[in-house]
Formats: sequence, C-alpha cells, structure tokens
Amino acid sequence: MGSVLPALSRRRRHRFAPVLLLLLALGATGGAYAAFAPTPQAQASSGPVSGSVDEGRALFLKNCSSCHGLNAEGTTEGPTLVGVGAAAVDFQVSTGRMPAARLGQQIEKKRNYFSEQEIADMAAYVATLGPGPAIPSDEDVDYSDADVARGGEIYRTNCSMCHNYAGSGGALTQGKFAPSLNGVTPRHMYEAMLTGPQSMPVFGDNTMKPQDKRDIIAFLKTTSEEPSPGGARLGKLGPVTEGGIGWLVGLGGLIACAVWLGAKAR
Amino acid sequence: MSDQRYTGPTGASADDERIQPGSGEGRADVQDTDAGAGHGAPSVAPDGHGTRGAELEQRYTNPGLAPHVYRRSDVDPKAAQRREREVAALFGLSTLGTLLFIVAYFAIRPTDFEGNEMLERVGLSTKLLGVGLGLALFCIGAGAIHWAKTLMPDDEIAEPRKPMRSNDEDRAAAVAALKEGAAGAGLGRRKLIRNSLLGALAPLGLLAILPLRDLGPLPGGSLTGTWWKPGRRLLTDPTGQPIKAADIPIGTVIHVQPEGIEESEHPLDERAKATTLVIRLEPGEIKDKKQRDWSVDGIVAYSKICTHVGCPVGLYEQQTHHLLCPCHQSTFDVTRDCAVIFGPAARPLPQLPLAVDDEGYLVSRDDYQEPIGPSFWERG
Repeated sequence: MGSVLPALSRRRRHRFAPVLLLLLALGATGGAYAAFAPTPQAQASSGPVSGSVDEGRALFLKNCSSCHGLNAEGTTEGPTLVGVGAAAVDFQVSTGRMPAARLGQQIEKKRNYFSEQEIADMAAYVATLGPGPAIPSDEDVDYSDADVARGGEIYRTNCSMCHNYAGSGGALTQGKFAPSLNGVTPRHMYEAMLTGPQSMPVFGDNTMKPQDKRDIIAFLKTTSEEPSPGGARLGKLGPVTEGGIGWLVGLGGLIACAVWLGAKAR
Repeated sequence: MSDQRYTGPTGASADDERIQPGSGEGRADVQDTDAGAGHGAPSVAPDGHGTRGAELEQRYTNPGLAPHVYRRSDVDPKAAQRREREVAALFGLSTLGTLLFIVAYFAIRPTDFEGNEMLERVGLSTKLLGVGLGLALFCIGAGAIHWAKTLMPDDEIAEPRKPMRSNDEDRAAAVAALKEGAAGAGLGRRKLIRNSLLGALAPLGLLAILPLRDLGPLPGGSLTGTWWKPGRRLLTDPTGQPIKAADIPIGTVIHVQPEGIEESEHPLDERAKATTLVIRLEPGEIKDKKQRDWSVDGIVAYSKICTHVGCPVGLYEQQTHHLLCPCHQSTFDVTRDCAVIFGPAARPLPQLPLAVDDEGYLVSRDDYQEPIGPSFWERG
C-alpha cells in the first residue's frame, strides 16, 4: 500500500490521468445511483405491494377526500369509491389520472407522483370500504402463453369500436375519447377492463374471463410491436390519416402538376 | 356558330395564321390579319347568321391575342443550354429510379426472414420499389414536359373552326335520299309488315325486365325475424359463454349472440342480424316502463344494428349511458329506451325482452318485436 500511493502520485500529471479520473467518477456515480435509486421495473415485476389501511386512509384524506368525501361516500364533484375495489385505485392513481388536476369531460393520464407503496396503501384502504375487484397479480397479467389470434377476435368484437382496430384510440362524444393502448402496461389494461374507468364499460371476470383478457393484452402487445409492411403506419388510425394523406398529398400533387403543366414557361 | 366565330380572333380567316416569334412585327401582323378577317370576310356563315356575328363585333371590341412573350431560352442560348441540361437531368433521374427499383428488387428478399423481421423487409422493399418506380415514371413525364415547355416552339397558332352546318345542297340531297328510301320500303302501304314488326319489337322489352328476377329472391320474412326465439340463451361474442344474470357488475357491456346460431342455414347472415348489446344499468336509472318490464335487474339488451343505415352501434359511454354509432354519430340514451338524442337515426334501437332461466342464465323472452336495423320499403 505504501508503495502504491507514491506511484500514483508520480503519475498524477500523466495526460490520460484526467480521463481515467473522469471515468472513475462517472462509474462511481452510476453505480451508486443504480444501487440506491428506486427501480420501477424491478418493483413492477415484483407484483402488487401489500398496503397499510391506516396509511392509505391518511393519504386518502389528504389527496382524495375533497372530491370523494371524507368517508369516500362521494360528493357532487366525485363519485363514491365504495365498492370500486383496489384495482380501480391502482389504475387511476398509477396512471396519474387521479388525483385529477381539474374536472372536465375526461380526466387524462399524467405523471404519477405517488410511490408504489403509497398507491398500495390507498388501494388497501378503498378495498376495505366494500367488495370490489382486487389488483391483478403478476400471474393474472402474464400473457406469455396467451392466444394472440383469439385475443384479436375478442378485441375486435368488444373493444375496437372505441379503441380502434390497432389500439390507437378514437373519439367519443363531446370531447371525450378512448385513449391509445400503445405503451399501456398489461396490468393497467387488465385493471381498466376489470373496473371500467370513466366512459369505459366494465368487462368483469365472469363475462370476460381472465384468459380472454390475457389474450386481448397479447394481441395488443403483438400488434403494437409489429412493423408496418406498407412502409408507413400513419399512426395506424385507419381511413382518417390514410384518406387525409391521399387527398392532401396525392390530389395536391396532381393539382400541382396540373398547374405546372398549364403555366407558361419563362 | 357565329359566337364561336367571334371568340376566335381570326375565326373567318381561311388559312392558318402562324405568328412568327422571330419577326419583330409579329404582334402588328396579328392585329392586321385579325381585323381584316373578322370584318372583311363573313363568308363562313352563308345562312345569314353572319349578321349577328357582325353585330356582336360592333358591341364588343375584339381583344385579339396577347402579345407573345419570349422565353429566356428563346433569347439566351445559355439559358437554352441550361434547360437542355435540366431535361437531361430529369431523364437521368428516371434512369436512376429504374436502377433503384432493380437493385431493391434483387437486394431485399423478405422471404429469407421470418416474423417481424420479414415484415420490416417487406416495408423497406415496398418503400424502395415505390420510390424507384415513382422516380422512373414521373421523371420521364416531367422531363418531356419541361422539354416541350421550355425548348420546343411555343408560337401562338390560330386555326378557324369549320362550320358545323352542311351546305344547303348536301342537306337537300340527304332529305331526298331519306324520302326515297321510305317510299321504297313502303311501310305506309304494307300494313302486315308494319304490324308484325311492331309485334316483334314490343316483347323485346320483356328481355330487359326478365333478368331482374335473377337479382335474388325476395327478402320474405328475413328482414323482420332474427335468430332470437323464446328461451334462447345469450352467449358472449365471440367466446360463446352463457351469462349468469347475477355475475354482471353494474356498468358492464357484453356483446352477445343467441345460442345455436352456428346451426342456422346462413350463420353469418344470422349473426349480422342477431348481434345484440347487453348493458347493466342501476335499476333506478331506467326511465321507461316498457324498458323496465323487458329488463332483468337493470340488465337490458338492445340490437347493435343502427336504425339509420345499419352500422354496429358499439360505443357505450358508461357514465353518460350514451350509445354512439361510429358511422354518423347517432346517439342513443340507454336510460330512456335507447331514444335518439343526436344524429340521423330516426327510431330508437329495438329492445330484446330478457328473462332468466332455471339455472340463472340470461335468455331471450322472445324475438325482437319490430324489425331491427335501418328502414326498408315494406317496413311501414
């Protein structure tokens, strides 16, 4: 040890020393971050966290009760949460839809500021208010051996009229819309089907079996990862963008050609 | 005819007037020729229409041709060379497009891959083939047009229209020939031939009407009845599960088909007619008495076929209880017996009367009580 330090000190003015030092510093920072930072993926795959009802009630009173009432009985601003179940809380809070920034036709997803534990606490509290769907487990949402083709069939009959044939979302009435399903986690898809958030109807486990739901998720994941054989997917919105491009670019180009044909050369 | 003569600046001139771009007096020539021809030689209208043409020419001054504008390539040999190179470049680009097509055709072989990788190659191949073919075809056309517009002669040329009317001699001869032919055929005299010919021609019309029969059988009762019969279970579509009334949470939507529909003669036709939407409302939310009578604990069933033009009405908003048709935005209020609250649909959606069988499964109490879907002639 005694001989190492003087050796290092002799080379401290070597021209590669700053580079080495920088790499060491970056490595140390990165390593420390990886060791101490919360890892969302790891937590997501570890399954639903068990929550504490008391903590959840405290969080509920602070964040939710102004609209949903002190006992979650509902007010004119927000519906009752009795019987909505833990799945509804997990979906609404972890997608950032709740707490709502403002009331409107549709409450949109935004950044979620609660930790997994806090969401689990609130879910546990709401679950004590009345029987409702629980947060699906990792096995529930594991679509690895689901039937993609069957999922597509179920999806097209039950979901595609609002969410578009490829899950790109679509318009409803008066500014409401069915959101895009691309990039939505399997658990959130499952919870949405189970609880029917906002305008969406409920697809309970008795009428749409858990296997049906997994098939749908598998279909959506497959179709969103599929490359576009036509070259450009144009948002996968179907005739709206395709027609728009056809009319504007195609016909516009033809008109431009016609104008050029008729214009006098200079 | 005389109008056309008027609009053509040199309409009466017998010869084509070619305006020489090279001569400095081209413009003046046009004016002279025009004036001389327009007023001095009304010979094209031998039947007296010429007077009207002359009248028009008195009321309006003939604007003549706009002055000829020389292109840069007409006056500047350097510009002409530049244009020439542009045309050649366009043709060259076309050749490149063809080469791109050929290279892409042989270089990208999607069938050597599988799954998503194959689809990616298909996409790349589509794009490159399209760009290559597009360049190859478009640039040939664009080059040819650029060539014609900038380098080929662009002198204004006036060609008089020929009068449409034949001269009196020809007209008289044609009438005489017709009359002679009619007299020779003797249609007026030979009544037997005339009548039998009429008898042959009249039934020919039947031949035009008869094939209409082959447009298909008359619809019969197929427009009024569906596969729903008393006691048929509601099965989830497409998974085919029977539904227990007690198992449905409030706010649920289920797309259903009647049981046994696959055994019908035309299952696809029957499915298209029988497709039905089951919705569970809070029983207190139902405002219509008939609707409540035909429901089971707030579970109602309505035809999914829009009464406007028959699109599937599938967009149910759980909070407003509005059912929206995606085609023309007809909106139905499910709490008020699917009354139309917006859009072009003229009638509420037909309701399917529901009941529960001994085992607690949802069944239809009867078929739809009115024809489902859009209006038709005999619907009344």
